[in-house]
Amino acid sequence: MPVTNETRETVAQLDRKYEAGFITDIEMERAPKGVNEDIIRLISAKKGEPAWMLESRLKAFRHWQTMPEPDWAKVTFAPLDYQDAYYYAAPKNIDRPKSLDEVDPKLLETYQKLGIPLREQEMLAGVAVDAVFDSVSVVTTFREKLQEAGVIFCSISEAIRDYPALVQKYMGSVVPYTDNKHACLNAAVFTDGTFVYIPEGVRCPMELSTYFRINEAKTGQFERTLIVAEKGSYVSYLEGCTAPMRDENQLHAAVVELIAMDDAEIKYSTVQNWYPGDENGKGGIYNFVTKRGICKGKRSKISWTQVETGSAITWKYPSCILLGDDSVGEFYSVAITNNYQQADTGTKMIHIGKNTRSRIVSKGISAGKSDNTYRGLVRIAAKAENARNYTQCDSLLIGHNCGAHTVPYIENRSPSATLEHEATTSKVSEDQLFYCRSRGIPDEEALTLIVNGFCREVLQHLPMEFAVEAQKLVAISLEGSVG
Amino acid sequence: MLKIENLHVTVDGREVLKGLTLEINAGEVHAIMGPNGSGKSTLSYVLAGRDGYDVTEGSITFMGQDIRDMAPEERAALGMFLAFQYPVEIPGVTTTTFLKTAVNAVRKARGEAEMSPVDFLKLQKEKTAQLGMDADFLKRGVNVGFSGGEKKRNEVLQLAMLQPKLAILDETDSGLDIDALKVVADGVNALRAPERSFLIITHYQRLLDYIKPDVVHVLAKGKIQRTGGPELALELEANGYAEFTGEAA
Repeated sequence: MPVTNETRETVAQLDRKYEAGFITDIEMERAPKGVNEDIIRLISAKKGEPAWMLESRLKAFRHWQTMPEPDWAKVTFAPLDYQDAYYYAAPKNIDRPKSLDEVDPKLLETYQKLGIPLREQEMLAGVAVDAVFDSVSVVTTFREKLQEAGVIFCSISEAIRDYPALVQKYMGSVVPYTDNKHACLNAAVFTDGTFVYIPEGVRCPMELSTYFRINEAKTGQFERTLIVAEKGSYVSYLEGCTAPMRDENQLHAAVVELIAMDDAEIKYSTVQNWYPGDENGKGGIYNFVTKRGICKGKRSKISWTQVETGSAITWKYPSCILLGDDSVGEFYSVAITNNYQQADTGTKMIHIGKNTRSRIVSKGISAGKSDNTYRGLVRIAAKAENARNYTQCDSLLIGHNCGAHTVPYIENRSPSATLEHEATTSKVSEDQLFYCRSRGIPDEEALTLIVNGFCREVLQHLPMEFAVEAQKLVAISLEGSVG
Repeated sequence: MLKIENLHVTVDGREVLKGLTLEINAGEVHAIMGPNGSGKSTLSYVLAGRDGYDVTEGSITFMGQDIRDMAPEERAALGMFLAFQYPVEIPGVTTTTFLKTAVNAVRKARGEAEMSPVDFLKLQKEKTAQLGMDADFLKRGVNVGFSGGEKKRNEVLQLAMLQPKLAILDETDSGLDIDALKVVADGVNALRAPERSFLIITHYQRLLDYIKPDVVHVLAKGKIQRTGGPELALELEANGYAEFTGEAA
């Protein structure tokens, strides 16, 4: 996969700035600061939710108050003040516009600047987008075209109103509200997100994507994504994320649930570029996300691909529960940390069905004074006959002040299981840099080339349209880390 | 083309080159021969601009410019090329990507337009065929899993693609069997041109059977000890370096 010249030019133009760091000046409506039952009632009322949804939120909130913070990740930060943040912020007069002509031009411009044109004629061919701005979904493109194929692609708020049976059946079935404190808070206060339903035997005719944007200060984003793939269906979904540069830390606590029935396949890709904080570690997003998929059906497959370059702290472990016999789980990850960023990320592969297979390829790149941890669990249940796992964790260090850690957990109760684990740690060597430079390739470009090579195995799993974008991000994330 | 005067170079606080003087004109092929530890590789690295090789005295002028403070990539843009004794592996970066990035980086530094993908692939195909290389090479990670001969051939391919003014071959013959040596030498000979010079650094005379030098220098104790024609190489092969190192052969 070539590092295009376009990549290099883009990097050169950026002048070491976080490109997505601007603020959209738009009139917003916010709930009062803090979180309590009244705020939750307000969110639920704003969304016009049925009573069952409100009840479910309140139940989660009551439980949340009793839960401890997860403390096992290798990250450090001051305790979160949950009452010093806003839990609902939406552009005024949003009332879900019927067409793009009714969408506030400032919002369209925001996404345009981020390289996500929402007007269908300007879109990347074959990619439908749900755009979530702070607490609400502002527009979902190509809905009619998808409906023709029977695919439901809408905001989760609409799904709760329009498809309550599906939502009630599946929401919380993979990540219950009791799972962990961040997921529990999400269950109580989630404001929007995306719902995807692929009916039996349908191959989704286009790539689906959601673009998350945090704009408001002191506002947390709590989105919820639910994807259900019925028997024999296929969908590829991608999410992207950005936020303005701010001095404070903002919380992003999302929950993603995937459900794959017999012979279904879900490919879920993430390009995460939340604001990482400045070079002194001030500001940035706390990205505390719970993502989990269940391969419910036989021969089903869930594949996670993530490129994590942003956020001050990343805490996420996209996982697969391999329940159906012969089901397959995959996790391909690139996590890049620079300056004072901290990432503790990995996956859990829970093998329950017979002949289940999982594959983990993790590439961690640490630069500056950052810390980058791979944490992964492979659990093979007693009845998971002939289960197989292959894990490969490679860490690349740039400079002398960063850290890379690999923490694999393996629990095997099946004597017929096969597990393989490979791990390497290497440094970008002076030899490699000099070799590139002696061929005329300048130092930062040489580093980008070497790092992209290191990540290649993972990047090639991204949908084509986003692979180039991801390569650019690799370059941008590493700026200033050589010399 | 290249003029080195009274060059003193220190590596890790130790003086390795102690007053080396050398001049290469356009189109000439010079060979530098010398025993191990004489400073041959230091000379190649200091010319290419590697960090840690400090010029404490003397001058290096290349294409009319003082290059002592230039970065390696600037020297490459000026037309300097070093074929490595131990080519470096870059996993995950295909040889094609590497070549394309290098060719266009050099063009950009010279203020030229990028080569179109079609022209690039055409040139690459032509040069690969000339070197008798399998196209499969190009899809593999740079030097990853290459045999010694393949690595050296890859160096010559890069040389052919970048078309430098001065090519320094650092022990290009080391680790090659006779067939590989011939292929590499043929590749180099095909690139000889009136405007292109070569500096061939070698321990043995063997390579010089295939690449005929115009001038041969003996480097020992950090200095050029003697300069002569191709016959000097044969003399060294027969008598060894003892005369220049002051040690018994």
